[in-house]
Amino acid sequence: MEQINGLTRGSPKRRDFLVAAAAGTAAALVLPRFASAAAAAPNASTYPAKAFIQKTEAATLQAMFGTSTVTASPDVKMDAPDIAENGAVVPISFDANAKNVTGAAILAIDNPFVMACAYKIPAGTNPAISSRVKLAKTTQVISVVEVGGKLMSTSKQVKVTLGGCG
Amino acid sequence: MANQILVHAMTSGDTTTVEALVKHPMDSGFVKDAAGKIIPAHYIEVIEFTHMGKIVLTGYWGPAVSKNPFIKFSFQGGKSGDPIGVSWVDNKGETATTSANIM
Repeated sequence: MEQINGLTRGSPKRRDFLVAAAAGTAAALVLPRFASAAAAAPNASTYPAKAFIQKTEAATLQAMFGTSTVTASPDVKMDAPDIAENGAVVPISFDANAKNVTGAAILAIDNPFVMACAYKIPAGTNPAISSRVKLAKTTQVISVVEVGGKLMSTSKQVKVTLGGCG
Repeated sequence: MANQILVHAMTSGDTTTVEALVKHPMDSGFVKDAAGKIIPAHYIEVIEFTHMGKIVLTGYWGPAVSKNPFIKFSFQGGKSGDPIGVSWVDNKGETATTSANIM
């Protein structure tokens, strides 16, 4: 728990300081408290739970997007490692060269549940997201984006040397 | 300290890039502890990013998202000083919320 993967390492105090320093002004130290009081927690009932318990690509896409018809497209670019030494933390990013993207998902076919994560992308947000997922074993990873109710995807085989089914 | 979110937003031209690091165990429910007991699933289900109160990204996460999740995305618009809000809810109903200003 002492270390958060990535941005900064060190004691919690140091981290806090770095974040505060990064935020810049003294006003930034006060404002977040005010703003966070105003922000509401997301509504858990919007969670597409069904999509996260499917064991096949088709069933997952059907549960998430209402269709399982998906076309492979060069307009969807995915960045994933060829070999992941640690399956618990595999950086995956995608970038869709398309307008009016409304949703996206990352699937790992050989995981216990196929769906890793999904996103709802409102107008104005770029259809390019980076995150980190767990892969249980060597698997095909698929990035799917939803454009006008149709699905486009690209896939890549990621070799996992140490399973991250954690 | 338990529910910590680090968020960092920078604007360049018309595009604002947001990076967030969320402190969360993201237990999948498949892992056993030292005593051989299954660690119950505990993961973030929904995470929302807002800019000036308007949602710019909704993420639905499952147990296959890595522990202490990291996410990076960008949106059009946003200027220095605008507040970016982040909030999440997990499968146990716990929530956390934070905000930061665009640099």
